[in-house]
Amino acid sequence: MVVTEQAVGRLIRRRYIRTIHQAGVLFILFAGVPAARAVTLPEDRADLMYHYYDGGGVTVSGPAMLVRKSVGDNVSVSGRYYVDTISSASVDVVTTASPYRDKREELSVGVDLLHGNSLASVSMISSKERDYQADTLGLNVTHDLFGGLTTLDFGFSNGKDTVGKVNETFQMDINRYNFRLGLTQVLSRSLLVGISFEDIAEDGYLNNPYRYARFGNSIMSSVPYPETYPGARDSQAVALRAVQGFSTASRPLGMSARMDYRYYRDTWDVRANTLRFTLQRYFSDRWIGEARYRYYQQSAASFYSDYFTEVMTYMARDKELSTFHSHSLGVRFSWMLSKQQLPFFNKASLNFAHDYVYFDYQDFTDIRTGQPYSFGANILQLYISGWY
Amino acid sequence: MRKSIMLAVLGCVLVSGCARLLPDVKPYEREQLADPIMSFSRDPISDQYLDHVYDVREGARGATVSQGGGCGCN
Repeated sequence: MVVTEQAVGRLIRRRYIRTIHQAGVLFILFAGVPAARAVTLPEDRADLMYHYYDGGGVTVSGPAMLVRKSVGDNVSVSGRYYVDTISSASVDVVTTASPYRDKREELSVGVDLLHGNSLASVSMISSKERDYQADTLGLNVTHDLFGGLTTLDFGFSNGKDTVGKVNETFQMDINRYNFRLGLTQVLSRSLLVGISFEDIAEDGYLNNPYRYARFGNSIMSSVPYPETYPGARDSQAVALRAVQGFSTASRPLGMSARMDYRYYRDTWDVRANTLRFTLQRYFSDRWIGEARYRYYQQSAASFYSDYFTEVMTYMARDKELSTFHSHSLGVRFSWMLSKQQLPFFNKASLNFAHDYVYFDYQDFTDIRTGQPYSFGANILQLYISGWY
Repeated sequence: MRKSIMLAVLGCVLVSGCARLLPDVKPYEREQLADPIMSFSRDPISDQYLDHVYDVREGARGATVSQGGGCGCN
């Protein structure tokens, strides 16, 4: 079985190299199509955020910072620092282990190079926990076509994770290959649509080393049993999005309505649908209000079960691989500050967002109660953004 | 290699042919499209965070407006 998984991994890598090669040739030819308007470098801006998540016995909070600055007319550099301080007593943890505290730090740096109608971006992301290290190298190219009405982008990234266990010598690797393709199209002076595709191939140790399946004749009489996952996973996601602007009594563009839909499938038989609606409105020149709703639904992985009555080749009981759906409702308020109010910035905004999400699991039983598990979570963001 | 070139040429011809079907929105008519409320990602730091929150709690991943790394998923 190990040989088969390695062979699958090699096959995925070969297929990727071939796909990237074809996409590269395609892009070089696209780059020759004339366009009247060039892409531009991203804006110079800095963001400082405090984030807070509380739900299902898990609290995650911390700061995040994002800084971007252009160097000359054709180069922009960016840096991002993100911290998760985690306190976990989730249903998985309290039923098989002890609550724990942990900290995750993520650092990323990026360089964007502008050349004609194309923008090439290179980024490096490094994330570190006591028992998990992830490093990713990414390349993205954006190209304007037809006078800037169409934007084509494609990207590739390669990540390598090292999975460990606290206070143990256990150490395993994951290799990850992401391939992205996207297209954004201007349809009118107030309507924008986009489509994006992403294929992710992983091979290596894809288990969560702390989690257990349940083995027995019923869920309540079952006992913990080590999980076993396949050694490879290949997924495809396609997303469609559209945003339409509307005039209001006080502004030519006073409101926008946005819709996003994503379909997901993978070789573990997980199928998922994500639907999101967003309304944004200017309440004055200074205030932007936003209301959003998100629905998510997925089917279980083929090797997932609430409990197992016999030993299988692959066994999992991660609730992230079970059958469930979630509803999320959120608001965001942005207060724009003028240049007169700011010492260093051309403009700035103060932002607050609150989302409430409710997860409802169909085939994951809370063994403390014997009932299907569900929980609600609050997600808070407070951040300030400045443009210079 | 021949297949790659044929695919590329076909793609190029299709894209070039689409130019006639595209709407004619002049650059000076695109002011509204540059407004923050028309952006697919108004504040990247916020979108990256929210995508990460959902990413670690759901089986699906990819094709979002932001990219990130790492796990934090225990």
